[in-house]
Amino acid sequence: MRLRGLLLTCVAATAMTHPVLSQSTSMSMPTAVEAGKAFSISITGSGKATLYIIGLGQVLKRDVTLGQAAFFPAGSLYNAGHYLAVLAADSSAQSGEFDIIPLNKPAELSFLARPSRLPVGLHNGITGAVYVFDAYQNLITTPTAISFELTGPAGTAQKRAMETQDGSAWTSMDSTGQQGVDRFVARSGEVSSNRVVSQVPGDPCGLKMTARLSGQKLVLATDPVRDCNGNAVSDGTIVTFTESFNGGQSTVDVPLKHGVAEVQMDDHSGATISVASGIVLGNQIHWKD
Amino acid sequence: MKSGRLLAALLAVATIALVLIGTVWPAPSAAAYAGATSMLDSSSTAEAAVGTLGDEIRAKAWEKAYSSLANKAQFTEPEFEHDLTGNYPSLLTYSTLGNFEVRPLHASASDADVQLTLHWATVVGSSPSTRTLHVIKSGDKWQVEWPIVKTPTLAPQVIPVNYLRWDVIYRGPGDDWGAQDVEAPHVRIVDMHPIERADGVVVLGELLNEDIVPAYVSVTATLLSKSQTPIATEGSFDRISHLLLPKQVTPFLIKFPNVSLSEVGSIRMTPLSGLIAASADPVIAIDNEQLHPAPGASLTGQLNNQGGQIVNVAHVLGTFYDKTGNVVWVADQYVNQALLPQTPVPFEIHIPEDLARSISSQRTVIATYSSAGSQ
Repeated sequence: MRLRGLLLTCVAATAMTHPVLSQSTSMSMPTAVEAGKAFSISITGSGKATLYIIGLGQVLKRDVTLGQAAFFPAGSLYNAGHYLAVLAADSSAQSGEFDIIPLNKPAELSFLARPSRLPVGLHNGITGAVYVFDAYQNLITTPTAISFELTGPAGTAQKRAMETQDGSAWTSMDSTGQQGVDRFVARSGEVSSNRVVSQVPGDPCGLKMTARLSGQKLVLATDPVRDCNGNAVSDGTIVTFTESFNGGQSTVDVPLKHGVAEVQMDDHSGATISVASGIVLGNQIHWKD
Repeated sequence: MKSGRLLAALLAVATIALVLIGTVWPAPSAAAYAGATSMLDSSSTAEAAVGTLGDEIRAKAWEKAYSSLANKAQFTEPEFEHDLTGNYPSLLTYSTLGNFEVRPLHASASDADVQLTLHWATVVGSSPSTRTLHVIKSGDKWQVEWPIVKTPTLAPQVIPVNYLRWDVIYRGPGDDWGAQDVEAPHVRIVDMHPIERADGVVVLGELLNEDIVPAYVSVTATLLSKSQTPIATEGSFDRISHLLLPKQVTPFLIKFPNVSLSEVGSIRMTPLSGLIAASADPVIAIDNEQLHPAPGASLTGQLNNQGGQIVNVAHVLGTFYDKTGNVVWVADQYVNQALLPQTPVPFEIHIPEDLARSISSQRTVIATYSSAGSQ
């Protein structure tokens, strides 16, 4: 509002140098124009004047002849919003208002898919939000048809179709049981936007180790570590071996390598050996030589 | 006006006189700190001999200290120096000896046992190191037999290491604002509860990295009053292992000095996590851990570097549980010597006496730093 007041003041000050608009002078303009489309403002009267078009991101100035239409070619105004037209001559001015509205044809989708990485088998774990823009980067606020499609590593697809509200639409989908990369697509008409979501293994399931003697050392090794959906748990995941004996204890945090964790510990006959990964406990071995 | 000037002149003269007296006839303690002489008198007694040795170590007068030893034929001067400061870069490399304590254990006319506790001032605080010295009388003076612990040296070799390493590439400045960035690691507080101590409230707990990528973590806690207004906010600082590999758990301890638990209505916990480039190497085994009951309650054990990389600084964090599995205390210790591959290094974590009785089990984690590249 302050900006508009300032502009009107400037325009009024400029108009002081122009001839006075007669009583018969008037402007006629459309109430709404699509972004980037040509339009005209018809002006009655006679003589010369200056026409100002003032919007949030654009200002146009035209010297016009009263009695003729002021023509604005395609691409003149493209930022959606409310515009003010001021016709100034001498110490007088007339004004009118109109809107530039977004094109009704989507040209670009801003698609936010979250998260980019999540465990397998999570209900509603993946969310997608889309914002629809026209060719001039105006948010299309009229309801627009949108479809979401999430294709999992196994090729199965989850689909949702809806309309935007106030320019946006969102959905949530499940991560499937298989690790790999999901392809997440948002589409409106011929326009689409792709994202990838990585499905990673969950917590280890049925963690199991075996022990064997190798010289003076006890070799502890897990079976291949998998989650509850049968996916191999990622290498680098920490597995903790704990050996308790006669009031003493030894602990080693070992990362998985090629799917298994293996470590050598001192041989204590009668020791109790346990294995865990994170908050998941595995089996226990009561070791006797 | 006149009397004021006279007073100022008198004060100036007195100050100059005191400075001169202090310089010409310094107090024994000041001279010792300046490295001139021992606070104890030379080597006329066993304790004085150990005190003199302590002064020389503090002054880093290695040659003088070495030459005063009774058993110097058994080792060289560099071996003596490395026994005190380490062969490889470690906490002691960048420390100075702040002070030391001399405690006689046994004495006869010809020999004595004296305990020397050296308090090294390191970047992570004071690090005490205790040696029991045998002191023998040789003629009219006492000489220390230094209990040398020769630092093992690594034989030149190639150790193949093929552990996983993670690197991170973030989104670039040219990417669309809707484009995805790499997801921050998912971490979860799996245990948390406050306890009241003499100096305030302490919040204890454990944090799990439940993701498949390494995480740099820290925890912040805000104490809220019963009317839900904040009382204080504190972080875990170094009472946590900041690097968590996938599925790794760290304890944390957050202190709120001068706060009473009765004032606290609730606690707001904020775990923070970020991606970090890391390596799964080195693996550090913790061998022969023993819980020692009060008095002098502690957890002792040995760290064994199973990797091929020298670990310059190791931080041992112990989590102590009661019979029901609740965390009752978190304590830590920085190991002041480097961890060489396959070379056990002892550690000792002290446990508060009043809590020691309720501890029935423990879990230990190690945070490491290597100058060749932090883990």
